[in-house]
Amino acid sequence: MSDPRERVSRRRALSGAGALIVSFSLGRVLRAQELAPAAPGQPPPQPLPGSLRATPMLDAWIRIDGEGITVFTGKVELGQGIKTALLQVAAEELHVEPGLIGLITADTARTPDEGYTAGSQSMQESATAVRHAAAQARELLIEAAAKRFAVPVEELTAQDGAVIHGDGRRASYRQLGSADLLHVAAQPRSKLKGPGSYRVIGRPMPRVDIPAKVFGGVAYVQDLRLPGMVHARVVRPPSYGARLDSVEIGPVERMPGVVKVVRDGSFLAVVAEREYQAVKAMDALALASQWNESGSLPDAAHIYDWLRRAPSQEYIIREGRSDLEPSARSLQAVYHRPFQLHGSIGPSCAVALAEAGGLTVWTHSQGVYPLRGAIAEMLRLPRDKVRAVHMEGSGCYGHNGADDVAADAALVAMAFPDRPVRVQWMRDQEHAWEPFGAAMVTGVRASLDDGGAIADWQYEVWSNAHSTRPGGAGNLMPAWHLAAPFAQPVPQPIPQPTGGGDRNAIPIYRFANMRVVHRFIPGMPLRVSALRGLGAYMNVFSIESFMDELAKAANADQVEFRLRHLEDPRARDVVELAAEKFGWRSTVPARGRGRGFAFAKYKNLAAYTAVAVELEVEHESGQVRLLRFVAADDSGEIVNPDGVRNQIEGGIVQSASWTLGEAVTFDATRITSRDWSAYPILRFPELPESVEVHLIDRPGQPYLGTGESAQGPTAAALANALAEATGVRMRELPFTRRRIKAAIGV
Amino acid sequence: MLTLNVNGRQHQVDVDAATPLLYVLRDDLALNGAKFGCGLGQCGACTVLLDDKAVFSCLTPVGVGEGRRITTLEGLGTEDNPNPLQRAFIDQQAAQCGFCIAGMIMRAQALLHHNTQPTEKEIREHMRTNLCRCGTHMRILAAVRRAAATMRSAATEPSPREARR
Repeated sequence: MSDPRERVSRRRALSGAGALIVSFSLGRVLRAQELAPAAPGQPPPQPLPGSLRATPMLDAWIRIDGEGITVFTGKVELGQGIKTALLQVAAEELHVEPGLIGLITADTARTPDEGYTAGSQSMQESATAVRHAAAQARELLIEAAAKRFAVPVEELTAQDGAVIHGDGRRASYRQLGSADLLHVAAQPRSKLKGPGSYRVIGRPMPRVDIPAKVFGGVAYVQDLRLPGMVHARVVRPPSYGARLDSVEIGPVERMPGVVKVVRDGSFLAVVAEREYQAVKAMDALALASQWNESGSLPDAAHIYDWLRRAPSQEYIIREGRSDLEPSARSLQAVYHRPFQLHGSIGPSCAVALAEAGGLTVWTHSQGVYPLRGAIAEMLRLPRDKVRAVHMEGSGCYGHNGADDVAADAALVAMAFPDRPVRVQWMRDQEHAWEPFGAAMVTGVRASLDDGGAIADWQYEVWSNAHSTRPGGAGNLMPAWHLAAPFAQPVPQPIPQPTGGGDRNAIPIYRFANMRVVHRFIPGMPLRVSALRGLGAYMNVFSIESFMDELAKAANADQVEFRLRHLEDPRARDVVELAAEKFGWRSTVPARGRGRGFAFAKYKNLAAYTAVAVELEVEHESGQVRLLRFVAADDSGEIVNPDGVRNQIEGGIVQSASWTLGEAVTFDATRITSRDWSAYPILRFPELPESVEVHLIDRPGQPYLGTGESAQGPTAAALANALAEATGVRMRELPFTRRRIKAAIGV
Repeated sequence: MLTLNVNGRQHQVDVDAATPLLYVLRDDLALNGAKFGCGLGQCGACTVLLDDKAVFSCLTPVGVGEGRRITTLEGLGTEDNPNPLQRAFIDQQAAQCGFCIAGMIMRAQALLHHNTQPTEKEIREHMRTNLCRCGTHMRILAAVRRAAATMRSAATEPSPREARR
């Protein structure tokens, strides 16, 4: 963790800033070169690997000095284990113990700008950059030693933090690491270690962030206690469009410990010396406030009709014929997904300090650079007057309240300067104000040919936006409430090939004809943004449910039917492995039990994940008992096998919770699911008996990223197992006990 | 002024007796273990031990703690000398974001304190009060089982010092 209390040494801060400035200008030069046509006979310049493309200077990523070896990343720890994996790749290429490397994560004053830690891309982007930078640093250290010893580089090896010669001479990295040694631009190619000589990559390494979490260390921004720190709470409007009509501030200002009430338009907050004083003052302030609100939300009972009728933009993301006659065996289906919560266990929190005309904010945002830009815009400060430093928060699974609470803290700190201000949301604020995972509708129609293969596939997806991240100040919710407000910008769809609502909407299977349409709905009566997997959760649920429906129509085994349409050998391997480990072909479910299978290649360009499940449905109650999950995954080259396994296990359990029980509720005016009783999530007694994850390692292959790949397959596997157990196909999420009971007609 | 026994040490705190214990632990005693999750007793992130019983510190008025033993995560063990549950959570790598983990460990400690042979069903029922959002549940259960086994063997086998005699 980068300890924010540590005063960055002047030398380091200066060298950091210098390196960044140089890298930005070099970045422009390189991009210009990439655009320039190659000279005749010359091969075109190669792009740099991973995030080196945007930040090419080696010393932006790795420094070796009196403080030892330090690695810098623009990505952040979210509990997904990225810190550990980054240390592993750096340690591998530098040939040192991972424990000897320091790691600084996203900080606008110190690290590269890697945008957001999102989309399961940290391994592809940051680990690739760190690995190449480490390999190139190692070679530069060897060259420096060759000069020092006056020997050819071939006679030298890097080992355990030093360069050594056969005759016993050695020079430590620290001795060799002069200030400018790594102040050079990265090369497109690196001498990466071959899989045969790995010592750290591919082996389970205990996560470096876990001890502080198990022993009560300072592990989260929630644990940050700066000298002189005060506590603030925000009084949020009761509903999205509500405006603060009047508030009687005087009595609250006289409450014990209260040092400030901040009002700016409809933005209302209170600052107190102690945290519980702030909580009590917030309650009093809420009671003293009068709001104007009006019903503006769509009818919850007909939300899917609303989605299909709302103005939308049509994107044909896979062109194909749409005029084929249905065959004798044609099927169609419509699937529904409600708004769902990120639901972080710890409400969002941030600490901000305004002093000397600038602002520092400690935040669990997934993107410190974008957040800095948005806060600077909101406060009308130059960007370089704002610093955003990442500290871990409670798991976010996408765009939750992290950026908003940082904006809260920034606004309050500007009104109450020179003392650090800690803002933490209350549970109802987190539940009601986080941007939800979007409600979606999918419609699909397909025809089978005489041989039982899919000849025609027509698919449509209606969806709200899947990213409303900052962006500008208008994507910070507190900025909507200011006297001079920032309007929320009209959201834009995320283009293919990754996609947003249409993520994974194009089946990975080979069909004779297929056409896929994305209907993007910019209107956003309920606030939405990125939730783990984005549209992939719903599209994979729909596609993989429908594949089962078609398999049944074709009288084929569900796994065999998928393989019939699947060409990618790595996809086939994952499907076969999951089926084999599950015992798919030998499991005959007992009465009331069902098996389900599903598969996806996340974004059609990342990890391959197949999930099989066996469950039981209690006929009288509709209660689902989860028996076992068996998953297989190929995430490319595996750096930390236990980290990959943990992500898949967690994804399965979380997706099971979404799929079996979760939906945001609302009336005409307000969000009504404001705590864990109104929005229940999976509890221990509902867990499966076992979750088994089998990994296929692909040493030497690119990293594919694992964090979101299990969400969709898990949902579809559950739907398919329910269909087998009950004989009824369910197409509307979530599959609550009440809905199952109604579906089976008890 | 209230006198509290927290993790074996006496503390004088100048707070209203109605203040939830959680805020006193975090803000007056600077302990990180207990977390604010919901303030409603719905998630268990704030779980601590009052004597040997698990309670939601977000709902427990600090005055209730007077004259009783309060134990937080910090009172169980340290990195050099971990308690069996802490060791088991590390061995099983039973965390993702880890925000719920302190509450999970405290909740499990209350179970294992009086029952080192819980059935799987007993563990799951006992842990029902605590929410995890990352889906780390299967590892948490494995860690509790492992800690129970450690405690059982510690209870039946002589300690190394005794064995040497």
